[in-house]
Amino acid sequence: MYKYDDYDQQIVDERVLQFRDQTRRFLAGELPEDEFLPLRLQNGLYVQRFAPMLRIAIPYGMVSSTQIRKLAYIARRYDKGYVHFTTRQNLQLNWPRLEEVPEILEELASVEMHAIQTSGNCIRNTTTDQFAGVAHDEIIDPRPWCEIIRQWSTFHPEFAYLPRKFKIAVCGSEQDRAATQVHDIGIHAFLNENNDVRFKILAGGGLGRTPMVGSVIKPSLEPEHLLSYLDAVLRVYNRYGRRDNKYKARIKILVKALTPEVFAKQVETEWSHLKETDARLPQQEIDRVQSFFTEPDYEKLTNIDLTDLALSAEPDFQLWLRRNVHPHKKPGYSAVTLTLKATADAPGDASSEQLEAISDLADRFSFGELRVSHEQNLIFADVPQSRLHELWLTLKPLNLATPNQGLLTDMICCPGGDFCALANARSIPLAESIQRRFDDMDFLHDIGELDLNISGCMNACGHHHVGHIGILGVDRKGEEYYQVQVGGSSGHDASLGKILGPSFKMDEVPDIIDKILKTYVELRTPEERFIDTCRRVGVQPFKEKVYAKAA
Amino acid sequence: MPKLLKDQQISNDDFQILQQDPEEPVLPDGNVLFHVSSIDQAVKTNGLHKGQVGIWFDSDDEPETVANALNQFEIIAVNFPRFMDGRGYSLARLLRERFDYRGDIRAIGDILVDQLYYLKRCGFSSFRLREDQNPDYALAALTTFSTDYQTAADKLPPVYRLRHQL
Ligand code: HEM
Ligand code: SF4
Repeated sequence: MYKYDDYDQQIVDERVLQFRDQTRRFLAGELPEDEFLPLRLQNGLYVQRFAPMLRIAIPYGMVSSTQIRKLAYIARRYDKGYVHFTTRQNLQLNWPRLEEVPEILEELASVEMHAIQTSGNCIRNTTTDQFAGVAHDEIIDPRPWCEIIRQWSTFHPEFAYLPRKFKIAVCGSEQDRAATQVHDIGIHAFLNENNDVRFKILAGGGLGRTPMVGSVIKPSLEPEHLLSYLDAVLRVYNRYGRRDNKYKARIKILVKALTPEVFAKQVETEWSHLKETDARLPQQEIDRVQSFFTEPDYEKLTNIDLTDLALSAEPDFQLWLRRNVHPHKKPGYSAVTLTLKATADAPGDASSEQLEAISDLADRFSFGELRVSHEQNLIFADVPQSRLHELWLTLKPLNLATPNQGLLTDMICCPGGDFCALANARSIPLAESIQRRFDDMDFLHDIGELDLNISGCMNACGHHHVGHIGILGVDRKGEEYYQVQVGGSSGHDASLGKILGPSFKMDEVPDIIDKILKTYVELRTPEERFIDTCRRVGVQPFKEKVYAKAA
Repeated sequence: MPKLLKDQQISNDDFQILQQDPEEPVLPDGNVLFHVSSIDQAVKTNGLHKGQVGIWFDSDDEPETVANALNQFEIIAVNFPRFMDGRGYSLARLLRERFDYRGDIRAIGDILVDQLYYLKRCGFSSFRLREDQNPDYALAALTTFSTDYQTAADKLPPVYRLRHQL
């Protein structure tokens, strides 16, 4: 994992001082609210329905047990004793006091963390694959590149007041677990025919009101030019992205208006002036950053037959092995997902007690490190297979062994109307009613892989467009309703879902989901996952079933 | 008169900013900034006028079209209609780095203390502060950070070069 040097530490420390002074001036009435707003946003501080909300970066999802302990402490000392993991490898405190935020930032800086650019019209926290470094299908470890991008984007003086926010995701494996096609810039690292690292660059993807899949603007880029090329993309966007209408201000609108070809050409022209400057990355720095992402001290182990392991233990454990344990590139090791999706807990929430227990377990089972996934779950990346059962037994009483990774009840869900001032509808109670309705693990396992994503409004924080089933809160004459869509996906074959038809009331939604699932079960071929069936048959059969008049 | 921050000093900014396409093309005495759309007139006036002559760009103007003419002026200003409009940062970098402009680049318009550090890094060398800004805070803001992660128009070595003594 990356460790700060004196430069990194000094920069975050200076940021704390800067924000302390800005907060002081705001509270003293010297800095008007509308001028403080972008400053606090660039420190992750929103003001929400009931209280400010502080969004803390977990750069590319890597976090140590020491950092998690600090977060548990912060949540208890400055908030209500729990935290919320988001879909962009960030963490949110829902109830901090504005006056105390500088102090929280100081606490964070003491464990090499910050809230820099987690919000606002700037370059946001760069995200990646939660299995980076351990995935069996990984070609390039994306984390050093994420760290290099993190540093480049931190306090970038030219791009702090963009037309709109800007999000970059990096992946380095065959399967895209970072949703790179729905980011402002998606970066795919690969090896060319000479085995040299290259990047494929996509631009113009995004969710929100106008969901779009990104286009390739550079098929192959040398690593030394990564930063100058990003500078060029951002400069074209900064100058020509729309500023007259915030709903048309994302880069996707510019790329579409110009066409991806013309946009790529403009970037190329800009880049020709930038590539031979100091923006060229020195190899020494690439080597230095890569040196932090070496393998931990793996033992020499051999793979255990997980089927044998399963048969020797409790049925619950078998389900958990099937769903929450993932292949690892090292023999004898597995990666394990702790889903933060137990029924009745808001998806993505964890209490200080859970966090403390989790950090102890990370020390015992997984080299003291954890990952945060965009599905709002936590991951132990390096667990010896021989200790899986022991780990499961320890997780169970903590309510962290729900065997539903990737299943219907492992939902992505935004905070919705319970917390968010922009919401049309609540989403957490809906998530809970769906979890209650579908609590039969055998049924869920039979349905198999299924992403259910819920957003409380068209800002799409819950990624409903790319859920296999997506639910969107809408307002019908002041009442909360939910629109349902099917067929979205955020994988390497990303697609956007199609709306089934008129929206439903909250208490109708579980039934509607049930009808959708039954339609799938009727129509599927033996190998088909839900999304495969959707793609083969289209929305029509789902529509018919869902809107059929009761006989 | 608006306050000017330049060379670590606070003074008054006595430049008059001429509007785009003025109806009354009477030139005032003293230092003036022509909008870039009147650059021909600025070129003619430069040297004859009692007072300095410079050019100003609005955030959506394109310096590309007049790049060759710029270095004959001692000052170029870039306007920020609102501080949230970040196009001026790119314009200043283009002026400094692409068009090799060596005179004074002045930030005008909605210029606030909390953006000065980034403005300076992008190549601005003087700042016409909005009337209500505290000049002491402004001076202090220029040194908010002691090192930076990325290259910019200030040409200071970024951290990734400092680390390796490059
Ligand atoms: C409660 C306070 C929140 C507010 C007010 C809020 C507001 C917004 C808004 C206005 C957008 C739309 C941006 C656009 O126009 O493109 C947005 C996008 C987004 N939000 Fe939130 N959000 C909140 C919480 C969250 C949480 C908790 C998560 C994670 C679970 C989240 C994840 C996202 C993501 C991933 C997007 C980006 C969608 C895209 O790619 O365009 N937000 N948010
Ligand atoms: S999707 Fe809408 S309701 Fe949900 S958090 Fe985002 S802005 Fe709020």
